[in-house]
Amino acid sequence: MDIRQADSTGVSVRPATAADESAIVALDATITGTAKSAYWADILERYTGPGNGPDRCCLVATSTTGEIAGFIVGEIRAWEFGSPPCGWVIALSVAPDRRERGIGSLLLGELCAALKQGDVSTIRTMVLRDDKVNMSFFRGEGLAAGPYIELEKHLE
Amino acid sequence: MKLQKASRYALYAVLHLASSPDRHYSTAEIADEYDVSTHHLAKVMRTLVRSGIIESVRGVGGGYRFAGNIRRTTLWDIIHEFESLASDIEARDNLSRPAHIVVSGLEIVTGEIDGLVRSTLDSITLQTLLRYGIEAIEREYHAAEARAGSG
Repeated sequence: MDIRQADSTGVSVRPATAADESAIVALDATITGTAKSAYWADILERYTGPGNGPDRCCLVATSTTGEIAGFIVGEIRAWEFGSPPCGWVIALSVAPDRRERGIGSLLLGELCAALKQGDVSTIRTMVLRDDKVNMSFFRGEGLAAGPYIELEKHLE
Repeated sequence: MKLQKASRYALYAVLHLASSPDRHYSTAEIADEYDVSTHHLAKVMRTLVRSGIIESVRGVGGGYRFAGNIRRTTLWDIIHEFESLASDIEARDNLSRPAHIVVSGLEIVTGEIDGLVRSTLDSITLQTLLRYGIEAIEREYHAAEARAGSG
C-alpha cells in the first residue's frame, strides 16, 4: 500500500507495524482511559503480520515528525444471517488535539480503499449509540443505519 | 415518529438559516418558503433565540441567522427544545398485577424505541442532514436525466 498524504490534515497514512504498538496503546489509553497492551499487541500481530492480504488492515496517520495522530483497524468478515462478506471498521481513534482536521476521514477513506481490493462493496461498524462524537463522525462519512441491528442479552 | 408542529417548524427554520450562514431571513420569509403559519413560527423563533441556536439581527435587512456550529449541532439539539419524544406509557403505583405486567412490558419496548430514536436524531448533524438533501436531489436529477435519455 502506498503512503498517502492529505494537505489539510498534515499527516501521512501508512500501514501500521509492530513498532507502532506503544504509540497506539498510549493513544488508545488517552481516549478510553485503559491501557490495553496485550490487546493491541494481538491486533498488530494479526493485522500487520506476514501473509495478511487485503482482508485485514491496520493503518496509522503520522505527523511530519513521525508522531502517531490516529489509527484505524478494519477487516473483511464473512457474515451469517444472509449477508455477504463486508468490510468492518473495528477501531478508529484520532488524538483529541488533532481532531477537526480531516484525519479520521483520511484514515477511513484509505481503509475503504484497502478493503475494496478484497472485493466488498459495503462497510459496517458498531458504535455505542450514545457516543455522539463517533456516531456523528460515521454519519458524516455517509454511514447510516443498515438492515442489521445489534441485539444483546445480559448473562446471569 | 410524528413530530410536533413546533419541532418541525424549528427544523425548517434552523436548517434554512444554517444552509445560508451569510444571509439573514425574517420569520415571514421562512414561513413563506415552507408554507407555515408566521404567527406560530415567530413563537418558535423566540425559543430558538433563547436557546442560542439562532440569533436575531437588528436593523435594515435584519432577521435571524444561525448561531451554532453546523458540524456539531444535531437534529436532537433542536427538537429537544420543544419536546422529549418520550413515550407516555408509565406504570402507576396502584396497578393490578396483570395490568402491571402489561404496562411494564410495554415500558421496556417503548424505552428501547425511544432510545433508538433519540440516538439517531442526536447523531445527525445539520451538515450531514443538508448533505443527505443535496444527494437526494442529485439522485433525482440523474434518474430524470436517465429517463429522458432512454425515452
